[in-house]
Amino acid sequence: MSTQTKADIEEKLYLNHYTVDTQSHLSIKEQSVCAACQRKICLTICPAKVYEIRDGETSISYEGCLECGACRITCPHSNIEWTLPRGGFGIQYRLA
Amino acid sequence: MSEKFDAIVVGAGVSGLAAAYVMATNGLNVAIIERGRKPGAKNVMGGVLYRKMMEEIIPEFWKEAPLERPIIEQNFWLLDHNSVVKTGYRGMEWADMPHNNYTVFRGKFDQWFAEKCVQAGALLINETAVKHCIVKDGRVIGVETDRPEGDLYADAVILADGVNSLLAKELGLHTEWRKDEVALAVMEVLKLSADKIEERFHLNRGMGATIELFGDGTDGMVGTAYVYTNQNHISIGCGALLSQMSERTTTPYELLERFKQHPMIKPLIEGAEPCEYYAHLIPEGGYRSVPPLVRDGVLVVGDAAQLVNGIHREGSNLAMTSGRFAAETVIRAKEANRFDRQTLSHYERLVRESFIMKDLKKYKTASKTLEDNPDYFHHYLPAVNDAMKEMFTVDGVSKSEKQKKIIKRFLRNKSVLGAARDGIKLLWAVK
Repeated sequence: MSTQTKADIEEKLYLNHYTVDTQSHLSIKEQSVCAACQRKICLTICPAKVYEIRDGETSISYEGCLECGACRITCPHSNIEWTLPRGGFGIQYRLA
Repeated sequence: MSEKFDAIVVGAGVSGLAAAYVMATNGLNVAIIERGRKPGAKNVMGGVLYRKMMEEIIPEFWKEAPLERPIIEQNFWLLDHNSVVKTGYRGMEWADMPHNNYTVFRGKFDQWFAEKCVQAGALLINETAVKHCIVKDGRVIGVETDRPEGDLYADAVILADGVNSLLAKELGLHTEWRKDEVALAVMEVLKLSADKIEERFHLNRGMGATIELFGDGTDGMVGTAYVYTNQNHISIGCGALLSQMSERTTTPYELLERFKQHPMIKPLIEGAEPCEYYAHLIPEGGYRSVPPLVRDGVLVVGDAAQLVNGIHREGSNLAMTSGRFAAETVIRAKEANRFDRQTLSHYERLVRESFIMKDLKKYKTASKTLEDNPDYFHHYLPAVNDAMKEMFTVDGVSKSEKQKKIIKRFLRNKSVLGAARDGIKLLWAVK
């Protein structure tokens, strides 16, 4: 993925309003499962680019999550623990 | 707050609010639980709300509800890389009351709708997530929220918690959706002056238009791209089956950017300023994916029950009608003071006998037929574009020559029989 694309998505997320919690509502069940995963589809399917590989592990920038659920359904190993942010936290859409 | 209600509605979207409004106006003691800071904060819709189904809940809502534009023109575009074949309908009867449908911003509309529920006597509890349904002896008797001492009890719980519906899943009403049972849609709202919108879409003051696009807007994947006009904003988005996005390793926001740069789209949004960016799953499983809709003490409505007609981009209307049916069922159940599955199955019957299930049944194989036969988007759609180009280009070639060329183009790498079969399959899927 180009750095250009990374900038694009950050620009988009910057438009949105979030109430950011101090703890993540998303987690990886087993990092070893991710390490063995060939496709790593979470890296591309997430519309908020929440998932990245850092130091060989899947890292989660939950702050930008749009709470769509695509990662949970797409992960071929069901390795994402996907819960809702606490009441009042997470994305807060203003328009559509 | 261990209070007992007649009914608890989980989720302040249009299905949940419709249910709450109908129950509250009929004197039931109703609580609505919303996890966003306000109703609409978590809700995403392309933007079209249908007048008839809303009016069945609040007559003449259009006199006071926050609406963007009544739609007087609906378009279907078959988009190729560098061309488009356009069809559509503009009817001035849609410019007069009663309108057919409107673009709305759910952030504003849902807040207004929730206020109507509160005025009718419902209790709205914002900023509260429901963790689990409370089940006793196999029967749902309330919900556990993430508030301290946040258990709430009711005779009936209506799950209007949207496409992800972790609660319905936890109750075993459905397992996880398959990747081909949902579409992933991404969208942006762009600011553009009313004057510019009306000029670019050839609209009379205050009137609106919609464009749905098949083909290149989703890079040939099964799904649609769309452009809707709001009062001072354009909504632009694209969505495709999650199965295809994942198979092709599509990055959703790149798909959206590509669509915005398309030569047929770019002039429409030139100079428009991005305001907000959205992503949402849309139920696409249709008829065969609808889970059991009731169990002892609980009913499932709207997206949580896969009640979306993707072929006609209808969802909010199915949602609010299912919410109304659920409410009518709970009102009836209260009269009989019975909230078991059998009593609540009245709701299933209402859904089955209405346009909701009839429409879903009509298109039950449509999405799968399109997914299993990529040629519709990859071969025939560009061929239609080429056919139009051929017939409109005046270059001295005789029309019968052109006709032969077009037929040859349609049959490229295909037998006549194969093409006929493709045609029949498509007709069969939408019959």
